[in-house]
Amino acid sequence: MDVSYFLISLLNGLSVGLLLFMLASGLTLIFSMMGVLNFAHASFYMVGAYVAYTITQAIGFWWGLLLAPPIVGLMGAAFERYALRRVHKFGHVPELLITFGLSYLILELVGLIWGRQALNFLPPVSLQGPLFTVVQLPEALQFAWGSPPEVCKTVAGAICTQFPSFRAFGMGVAVLMLVSVWLLLTRTRIGLVIQAALTHPDAVEALGHNVPRVLMLVFGGGTALAALAGVIGGALRVTEPSMALAVGAVVFAVIVIGGMGSLAGAFVASLALGVIDSFAVGSDSSLADIFKAVGLGITPDTFGYVVWSVKMSQVAAILPYLLLVLILIFRPKGLFGTREG
Amino acid sequence: MNPAAEFALELRDVRKSFGKTEIIRGASLQVRPGERVAVIGPNGAGKSTLFNLISGRFGSTSGDILLHGEKLDGLKPYEINRKGLARSFQVSNLFVRLSVFENLRCAVLWSLNYKYSFWRFLADAKDANARAEEVMHMIKLDKRRDVLAMNLTYAEQRALEIGITIAGGASVILLDEPTAGMSRSETARFVNLIREITVGKTLLTVEHDMGVVFGLADKIAVLVYGEVIAFDTPEKVRANDRVKEAYLGSVLAEAQAAEAGH
Amino acid sequence: MTALQQTGWADRFRHINTGRWMVWGGYALVMIAAPLLWKSSLSLTMLTQMGISIIACLAFNMLLGQGGMLSFGHAVYSGLGSFFAIHALNMASKGQITLPVSLVPLVAGGFGALFAVLLGFVTTKKAGTPFAMITLGVGELVAAMALMFPGFFGGEGGITGNRVQGQPFLGITYGPQIQLYYLIAIYTFICTALMFAFTRTPLGRMLNAVRDNPERVEFIGYNTQFVRYFAFIASGFFMGIAGGLAALNFEIVTAEVVGATRSGAYLLFTFLGGAVFFFGPIIGAVLLVLALVLVSELTQAWLLYLGLVFTFMVMFAPGGISSLIMMNLRVASFGKLRPLIGSYLALAGTAATVLLGAAVMIEMVYHLQLNEALGPVMKFMGASLNAKGFDTWFGACFVMLVGLVMFEMARRQFVKEWGRTQEEIERLIKQREAAT
Repeated sequence: MDVSYFLISLLNGLSVGLLLFMLASGLTLIFSMMGVLNFAHASFYMVGAYVAYTITQAIGFWWGLLLAPPIVGLMGAAFERYALRRVHKFGHVPELLITFGLSYLILELVGLIWGRQALNFLPPVSLQGPLFTVVQLPEALQFAWGSPPEVCKTVAGAICTQFPSFRAFGMGVAVLMLVSVWLLLTRTRIGLVIQAALTHPDAVEALGHNVPRVLMLVFGGGTALAALAGVIGGALRVTEPSMALAVGAVVFAVIVIGGMGSLAGAFVASLALGVIDSFAVGSDSSLADIFKAVGLGITPDTFGYVVWSVKMSQVAAILPYLLLVLILIFRPKGLFGTREG
Repeated sequence: MNPAAEFALELRDVRKSFGKTEIIRGASLQVRPGERVAVIGPNGAGKSTLFNLISGRFGSTSGDILLHGEKLDGLKPYEINRKGLARSFQVSNLFVRLSVFENLRCAVLWSLNYKYSFWRFLADAKDANARAEEVMHMIKLDKRRDVLAMNLTYAEQRALEIGITIAGGASVILLDEPTAGMSRSETARFVNLIREITVGKTLLTVEHDMGVVFGLADKIAVLVYGEVIAFDTPEKVRANDRVKEAYLGSVLAEAQAAEAGH
Repeated sequence: MTALQQTGWADRFRHINTGRWMVWGGYALVMIAAPLLWKSSLSLTMLTQMGISIIACLAFNMLLGQGGMLSFGHAVYSGLGSFFAIHALNMASKGQITLPVSLVPLVAGGFGALFAVLLGFVTTKKAGTPFAMITLGVGELVAAMALMFPGFFGGEGGITGNRVQGQPFLGITYGPQIQLYYLIAIYTFICTALMFAFTRTPLGRMLNAVRDNPERVEFIGYNTQFVRYFAFIASGFFMGIAGGLAALNFEIVTAEVVGATRSGAYLLFTFLGGAVFFFGPIIGAVLLVLALVLVSELTQAWLLYLGLVFTFMVMFAPGGISSLIMMNLRVASFGKLRPLIGSYLALAGTAATVLLGAAVMIEMVYHLQLNEALGPVMKFMGASLNAKGFDTWFGACFVMLVGLVMFEMARRQFVKEWGRTQEEIERLIKQREAAT
C-alpha cells in the first residue's frame, strides 16, 4: 500500500471519526445528565444540515454555520421543556420512546418542508478544492499545498491523492468544538453545576440551582452540537432525508462500544470506527485472500465461499455493528464504560 | 455447604476498597448457627457495605467470607442465595407492579425448584402457593393480598421486604435496618415479627435503634471504620471501652480522666 | 392518574371466571366469523394480515410489556423466519424435503428461536437503554447482511415461493385466500393462548419480576440474564411463526422484512395498543394493518399523523389504548361511567374540530409539496379546496384555533369530573374494605 494512500485514508478516517464524535459527545452528555438516550439525536443532525442549507441559500454559508446550531438548539430545548419533561416521571422506556416518536415526526416534517430529494448543499467556494496533495513519486514522497502539481501529470507512476479543504475545515471545527465544550464543563461555573448535577441532581437543586433549567440547557446544547455536526456533514456528504438513519445507527453503536456515559470512550470509539471504515471502504481484499496468503486454498466450491469471498468494502457498512457484537461478547461494559446504563 | 460447620457465617480479615478509599479494613466475625447478631456502628462505618459484600452485591478486595464453612469468593448474588443466605434492603426493594402475594410467590420459586420452567402453571404450584400464603400470614399482610406493592404503606412495604427475604427458607438472614423510619409502636410490632419469623435461623441485622438491639440480639458486633472492634453479648459490649470511645469520642474518656485527676 | 387508580386490575375481574370462557370463546368466534361478515377481498387481505400481526405484536410485547425490554430490532426474528420459511417451501416444491405447507410456520418458528438463541445471549447481557441500542445494532447488522448475500436473501427482488403444492389435505390447497385465512386464524388462536399461558408460568412471572426490579431477582435465587434470555428465545419463536405465516401469505420475501422500518412499526403499534395489558398488542396489531393498508391510501400525511398520535400517546397515555379502556371499565364497574359520558362527548367533539382544522392544513401542505403538478385544488372528504387560497387557509386555521380553545375548556372540565369520580371510587373501596 502506498504511503500517500495510507495517509489520506487515515486523515479521512479521522475526519469522519471527529464528525461521529461531535454527534456522540452530545448524545453522551445528554445521556449522562438525564439518563435519556436521545433517539432523535441524528434527526437534529439532519435538521441542522437542512436549516443551514436554507440559510446558506439566503445569506451565505458562514451565516448558516453560525445560526443553524443555535436555532436547532432552541428547538431541542423547547422539546425538552414541553414534551420530554412531561414524560420523565414515567421512566426511561417512555423517554426513549418519545424521542423515537420525535425522530419519526422530524423525518416527516423535513420531507414535507424541503421535499424528499437530496439537496445540493455545497461548501462555500472559499473552502472548495483540496487543501493539500500528497504526491507519491517512485522515489520520494512530496507534499504540495493546493491542487495537484504538474508532477502528477508529467511523471509516470506518480500517485497523487488530494485532501479536500472542507474536510480539514470540518476537522478544525470539531476540534474547536471539543476544546470549547471541555473548557465550558471544567472551567466555568455553569459547567461545574452541570458536572455536579450529573451524579447528584437533588443535592444541586437543594443548593439553589435550577436543575430543570440546567437540564434544558444541556439538552439544547447537545442538540446544537448535533446540528453543528449536521452543517459540516450535510455539506461534506449528502443532505437528504435518509441521512439521519444512516448516521444514527452508527452513533448508537459508537456509544455502546465506547461505554455508555463515557466521553473518552466515545472519542476513542468514534475515531477508531472512522479510521477502520475509511480503510475498509478502499480495500478489495476479503477473507478468502487472507486464507490464500496463509496457504489455505479456497475455491468457489468450498463450503461457505459466499462468506469468505465478501470484500472488505462490502463489509465496511456493517463493521460498526460487528464490533458492537464483539465488544458485547468480550467486554460488555464497553471500552471505558462507567455506567451500567 | 457444610451444615455441621462450626460457624454459620464467618468473615476472615475482609477488606474492601472503592478506588483508593478502603471502606472495610479487615473485618473478622464468627457467627454460630442460630445466633442473633446485631451489627451496630456510627454512620459511615461500612455496615451496608459489609452486607453487600456478604450477599455478593460487591466482591471483596481481599479476605474470605464463609457460609457454613464454604468460601463465597466471587460468587454472584443468586449463587449465594441458593446456598442459603438471604438479605433484605434498607430501601425497600420490591416488585412494584406485582401484588403482595405474587411478590412472595416469586421469592419461593427457586427454592422449590421451579427454576425457569414454562411448562407448568403457577396456579397448580401448590407448594409455592401454600408457602406464599404462610409467609403472608406471618407478616400479617393477608388482608392486602392483591394490593400492588407500590400501593402499600411504608410499614407494609417493610413487612413485605422482610417477607420476601425469609420466604425462600434461607438459613442465614441479613436484615439491613429493617425498622428504619418507623414509629415506636410500629418498631415494637416489627421486632416481635422478626423474632417470630427468624426462629431457628441465623440472623444478622443492622440497627440503629438501641432498644431493638438489646431486645433482639444474642450478640452485638460493633463496626467502626470498617473494622469489627467488638463482638460480644450486649452487656459486655455496653461496658467495652473502645465501643464507648467510638460512640462518645475521647471527650468522655478525657472528662473521666480529668474528674479522676481532681 | 395516580398509581392508586391502577389497583389490581386483573384481580378485580377475577370473579368473572365464566368471563374467561366467554372472552376466549368470543375471540375464537370473532376470528371464525369475521370473513363471513366482511366479504370483500380487501377485507380478507386485511384480516389475514391482522392475524399475522397479532402474533408478532404479542411476541414483541413478551419483551416490552412483560419484561421491560425495549427492542428496536425485533423484525430480525420474524424476517429470518420468513426467509427460512420460503426456502423450506421451495425445497418442498422441488421435492428435496417433505413438508406439509401447514407446518411451514413451525419451521419458521424454529429458526426464529434458533437465531434468538444465537443473538440473544449477547443481546440480553444488558438491560434498559443499552439493550435497546444493542438490538438496534444487531438489527442493522442483519439488515445489512441481507444485502450482502443475495443468494439467500434474493437481493432486490427477494425470494418467491408457491404455497399451493403437495397433496391437498381434505381438499385444502391453500390456493384460495380464505383457506389461508383459516390456517392463520388457527395459528393466531393457538399462539395467543400459548403466550397467555406463558404469563402464568414461573418463567413468565419471574420475567415480570425482572421488569420490576432486576436487581432484587438476583437476591431471591434467579439469574436475571437467564430469565431475560429464555424469554427472548420464546419471543423469537413466536416472531418466527409470524414470519412464516407472512411468507405463506405473500409468497414473496424481500430484505425489508428484517429492516428497521418494520421493527419500528411493531414497536409503535404495540405501544399504541398498550403494553401493560395482555390484549393491548392485539389492538395494536389491528391498528397496524388498518393504518398500513387503509389509512395510507387515504392520505399521504399518514406517517405524520401516526408520529403525532404516538408522541401524544407517550406523553398523555403511556399505557396505550388498552389501559384507557381498562380505566373506563373500572369506572363502569363502580357504576360511575354514565355521568362522564357528557364530558367525553364534549372532548370528542372539540377534538374533532381541532383535528379537522389541522388535518385540512396538513393535507394542503402535503398537496402543495407532493402533488404540485395536479394544481392547487384538492379533494378533502368530498369537498374541493383551493390549497393556495387564502380563505381556505384562514378558515382551516380559524377552525383549528377555535377548536383548541374549546378543547382546552372541555379538557379542564373533564379532568375535574374524572378526579371527582376517582375520589368517589376510592371512598367506595374504603367502605367495602371496612365492611369485610
